[in-house]
Amino acid sequence: MKHTLTPQRYLVLLAVMLTASIGDTLLSHGMSQVGPVSLHNLGLLFTALKNPWVIAGILLLLGFFASYLTALSWADLTFVLPSTAVGYIVVAIIAYFWQHEHISLYRWLGILLIVCGVGFVANGPSLTEHPEPLLPAGTAK
Amino acid sequence: MTPVSTFETWATIVTVALTAIAGDVLTAGAMRRIGDLDLIRAKSGLPGAIKAVVGSPMFLLGVLCMALSFFSLLFTLSKVEVSLAAPASASLTFIGNAAAAKLFLNENVDRRRWFAALFVCIGVALVAH
Repeated sequence: MKHTLTPQRYLVLLAVMLTASIGDTLLSHGMSQVGPVSLHNLGLLFTALKNPWVIAGILLLLGFFASYLTALSWADLTFVLPSTAVGYIVVAIIAYFWQHEHISLYRWLGILLIVCGVGFVANGPSLTEHPEPLLPAGTAK
Repeated sequence: MTPVSTFETWATIVTVALTAIAGDVLTAGAMRRIGDLDLIRAKSGLPGAIKAVVGSPMFLLGVLCMALSFFSLLFTLSKVEVSLAAPASASLTFIGNAAAAKLFLNENVDRRRWFAALFVCIGVALVAH
């Protein structure tokens, strides 16, 4: 099969899946320690930048953007995007094991659908091939 | 939170989705033009790769759209409940991106990818609700 990915590239996709959701979770944990920010005390945002959870969250989100862009440089948008949805599953699982939140039947069903969606795409080619040079219309397929 | 009309609710949610789609398609298009980042990094190192990305006007426009999407999400959340706004805009973005990738990026969105977009769209709505 053409355009199968190297193990290193699967690691980049794994980073896309994990960093965004874990980063968001860390940010949310940090901001709950900082307290509510309103338009009248925007200075609190600078205090938030000193919170280690917030710093770790921001670093992970930067890592997400770097790995997302790297993935887009060698794979289609419609290939990379479903893997970003895995983040929703990671958040639910973190909430289940770490914060002992209840996961409803609807959520499990949603998780199952996302897994199926990612599975569909992962089985196909990662990049659309454009014939070069462009063939006349009708011959290109 | 003041009650808003159905039209205003969906207008703000669709704005979030449209700006997010524009951001995703522009950054993806920019990365396609720039080429394989692994190769660029092997040739001119990490600074070279960062320079190639940040120097692309299409990429910067994409980031601007992502920022617009973020702020319109904040605006939406001040008017619409998060349990509707977050999953609805995320789901619309997944379906819209599949269509936009086919239209603007000429990606081969076959039946497999359409199904994936649809499954992920419904799945996200269920998980985030």
